[in-house]
Amino acid sequence: MTAGDYDLIVVGGGIMGASAALRASHGGMRVKLLEALEIGSGASGVNAGTLSLQIKRVKLMPYALAGHALWERAGDAVGYRRTGGLTLAFTDQEAELLEHRMTLKKEAGAPIDFVGKNFIREKAPALTDAVVAASWCESDGYANSSLTGVYYRALLREAGVDYSEFSPVTGIDPSRDGGFSVQTGSARIAGKRLLLASGFGLQETMAMLGVDIPVRVRINTVSVTERGPKLLDCIVGHATGLLTMKQKTNGTVLIGGGWQGVRDAETGRGEVRADTLNPNLQLAQYAAPGLSSFRLVRTWTGFEANVSDFYPLAGRLPGYDNAFVLGCVRGGYTIGPYIGQLMGDLILGRVPEKPLFDPERLIDTTYATSGERLGT
Amino acid sequence: METEFDVIVIGAGPAGAAAAVEAAARGLKVLVVDENAAGGGQVYRASAIGKEEKGPGKDLRRALAESGATVVFNRRCWLIEPGFRVHCTAPDRNELYHAPALIVAAGARERVVPVPGWTLPGVIGLAAATALIKAQKVLPGRRVVVAGRGPLLPYVAYMIVKNGGEVAALIDRNGPQDWLSKSLDVAARPGLALEGAGWIAALIRARVPSYFRSAVSRVRGDGEAEGVDIVGLDKNGNVRTQTKSIGCDAVCMGDGLAPSVEITQLLKADHVFDAVQGGWRVTADPWGRTSTANLYACGDGTGIKGAAAAPFAGRIAAIAAASDLGRLSKKDAEKAIASLSRQHDRASRFGAAMTALTAPDVRGLSLIGEDTVVCRCEGVTRRDIVSAVQRGAQSVNAIKSATRCGMGPCGARMCGDVTAALLSAEMNKPLAEIAPMTPRPPLKPVNLEPMMAEFSYSDIPMPEPAPL
Ligand SMILES: Cc1cc2nc3c(=O)[nH]c(=O)nc-3n(C[C@H](O)[C@H](O)[C@H](O)COP(=O)(O)OP(=O)(O)OC[C@H]3O[C@@H](n4cnc5c(N)ncnc54)[C@H](O)[C@@H]3O)c2cc1C
Ligand SMILES: Cc1cc2nc3c(=O)[nH]c(=O)nc-3n(C[C@H](O)[C@H](O)[C@H](O)COP(=O)(O)OP(=O)(O)OC[C@H]3O[C@@H](n4cnc5c(N)ncnc54)[C@H](O)[C@@H]3O)c2cc1C
Repeated sequence: MTAGDYDLIVVGGGIMGASAALRASHGGMRVKLLEALEIGSGASGVNAGTLSLQIKRVKLMPYALAGHALWERAGDAVGYRRTGGLTLAFTDQEAELLEHRMTLKKEAGAPIDFVGKNFIREKAPALTDAVVAASWCESDGYANSSLTGVYYRALLREAGVDYSEFSPVTGIDPSRDGGFSVQTGSARIAGKRLLLASGFGLQETMAMLGVDIPVRVRINTVSVTERGPKLLDCIVGHATGLLTMKQKTNGTVLIGGGWQGVRDAETGRGEVRADTLNPNLQLAQYAAPGLSSFRLVRTWTGFEANVSDFYPLAGRLPGYDNAFVLGCVRGGYTIGPYIGQLMGDLILGRVPEKPLFDPERLIDTTYATSGERLGT
Repeated sequence: METEFDVIVIGAGPAGAAAAVEAAARGLKVLVVDENAAGGGQVYRASAIGKEEKGPGKDLRRALAESGATVVFNRRCWLIEPGFRVHCTAPDRNELYHAPALIVAAGARERVVPVPGWTLPGVIGLAAATALIKAQKVLPGRRVVVAGRGPLLPYVAYMIVKNGGEVAALIDRNGPQDWLSKSLDVAARPGLALEGAGWIAALIRARVPSYFRSAVSRVRGDGEAEGVDIVGLDKNGNVRTQTKSIGCDAVCMGDGLAPSVEITQLLKADHVFDAVQGGWRVTADPWGRTSTANLYACGDGTGIKGAAAAPFAGRIAAIAAASDLGRLSKKDAEKAIASLSRQHDRASRFGAAMTALTAPDVRGLSLIGEDTVVCRCEGVTRRDIVSAVQRGAQSVNAIKSATRCGMGPCGARMCGDVTAALLSAEMNKPLAEIAPMTPRPPLKPVNLEPMMAEFSYSDIPMPEPAPL
């Protein structure tokens, strides 16, 4: 087999895969993107769309700030709104947690302030007065994740990235010249480089190249109400991170917070569970009692991948020079467009402006990979 | 209130009521849930006013009341978890019921192919008109245009005439030949055929102008329906002639019924696209068993076969459940089901033939204007949908994400079929290959207040917060 037609094959069309593909293409590479279902049909298209620095991990703050700026630039195309965000504590214990966490996040660069009752009453009169402590971040906001698919499809087309939907990758073989041959349906596609960005499917695609890194999946629940009267102007969160809430400009209220549904073993589909949906909605209603007059229209689940230390997989695939992996980014909707660019830079042979998160750290040194390790 | 049952039946129409009566007679502890205020379903909908009239509806309600089954009305079932845990909202609270077997008898929903002006006040669905007339004893208007396809067309016109209204025109997308092609199946149910003949006779007596192989191409009006334009259609459903305009103050239009499959879809049963049965329907074996264990389906959800067949299907499902639960010997069940199956098949011939007159197709699409709203909840037009496809959407899910089509409170019940047909036409792909939108709970919108009931903050079971 000769060096492939493509400079880069990207497996997975979520934010991670799409934004890295764009960067590589803008850098002059010929890029093929293969998506099992549809662009932005995974976590990237069903997430709560919260762009909140207050729920970002301290170490990821610089990436979140940069990602946030990119969504702001995308503007109306992704339904971006900068609203500011309140995070609430309802007990002394939660207040302590809030203070501890927000102080560290503030030190990491997020413009967060602690605020009192008057401030809350002014910013969000519909919130309960049972608030014990609260923080505010001026730059928080949201975007509309259901537009991820349309948004990236248009950019990929414009950049000349050759993308195929409904094209699951079922096998990957390293070729002798250091490239890869990728199986999708009955087609084999050859490329010089490979980026695995398959979200919750990462463990499986990495295993196709003999790399074993356990990827766990959280099954997050999100709900939306019917259009209702004005309730909230800013996004609202909870000290524990177990609530995110925003009222869109059309009057619907979106409620998330990472409450866990289940994954049906047979179909692989996510399912909503009443024993986690109910407390999620209760928490929302406790924060904004006026919500009780709204109707729930839809609830769904999405798969959020993570590894044991909850930091991204972002770097070379251990054991390979020309294969890369990007995923498992906590708060990945916010961070995605930026970390995808960094990844694209790495693939282009540039030095990314911020460090990535080398997956090598997760390789169990006692574990011997089966098969040949190429390129090392 | 008891919450544990042997079997739960969703829907108290002819299928569900018969299932409940049969299951109770077989000694099962039965719960029936329906969001209406009384049993009868769509066809035998109880009147909200006046004394109960004699007839099958009254019989059904009496049989249900005397069956020993527990019946709860005004309950909207919004989530069913495997196993089965049935969550319903009552007007003031949430209720949770549990049973190892579930019989779904949730009926059908109406399909309406939009034309310019169809969102004007004064325009309602044909099936919706039957509900209005039966339950409220209210006519949709004084001078009404009745348009669309299928058996509800002459029926609605007849109901209007019988109740003192005027039918300005009866406009049928089918031609007399299409009706005649079903005459053998119609003859299989002489009673129903005679009933139908009675409607037609009444319409002729009232000199109702009829237009065959014609359609409403536009509803006119300034703020409300004031008239319609009628066009003649050729064999392929394309506009042949501009016929004429007539005045009216209401329009009833509908293109047939589609099986309600939200519940069986959520419970991951297999479904097939079956145009002559109304579209996507759940597959069930001759015992009414779906591909999901202990989940049974009967009535319109398995294909629109009509009210005559529904009770047989309901009884079959109940007997199958009793047998599968070990409460009836397999041999007795087989015997009972064999005889019921024969009756069911005979009874469904008529209804199935009528449904075939309304098979979903892409023909009606030529009447949808570029700027015609397809998704009423979100105001999405045909142009928006076509443009989303041109920009790369290859599924109804992708159209939904791009345009909000189907994201509103009706959950795509109104626009899903038309969106699929537009996609099918745009991609030149058969309708059967267009997967429906991914179903999501709640089955229908629910008020948060009753859903949540009373709780105190300390009762909320909070998991560990995410890592810092
Ligand atoms: C419900 C939910 C709510 C969230 N809320 C927020 C939030 O409010 N704010 C925030 O910042 N972050 C949020 N997140 C996190 C964020 O959505 C994710 O981190 C991010 O979208 C992940 O992007 P991704 O590209 O890695 O994965 P995905 O978007 O899942 O993309 C991976 C893609 O790979 C495809 N794929 C898988 N296997 C294969 C294969 N073998 N071949 C080809 N393709 C394959 C999949 O079909 C999928 O499209 C949330 C996540 C979820 C699930
Ligand atoms: C609007 C409408 C009007 C119709 N009018 C006529 C007519 O006039 N004449 C005629 O011959 N045929 C009519 N039909 C067709 C006729 O309804 C069927 O052929 C026949 O009644 C099927 O019986 P069924 O038991 O399967 O369903 P149905 O009679 O439709 O009964 C289904 C029942 O399930 C209940 N239900 C559904 N979902 C839920 C839920 N989530 N929670 C709680 N309850 C639920 C509904 O309230 C309903 O009572 C109509 C159909 C529709 C949709």
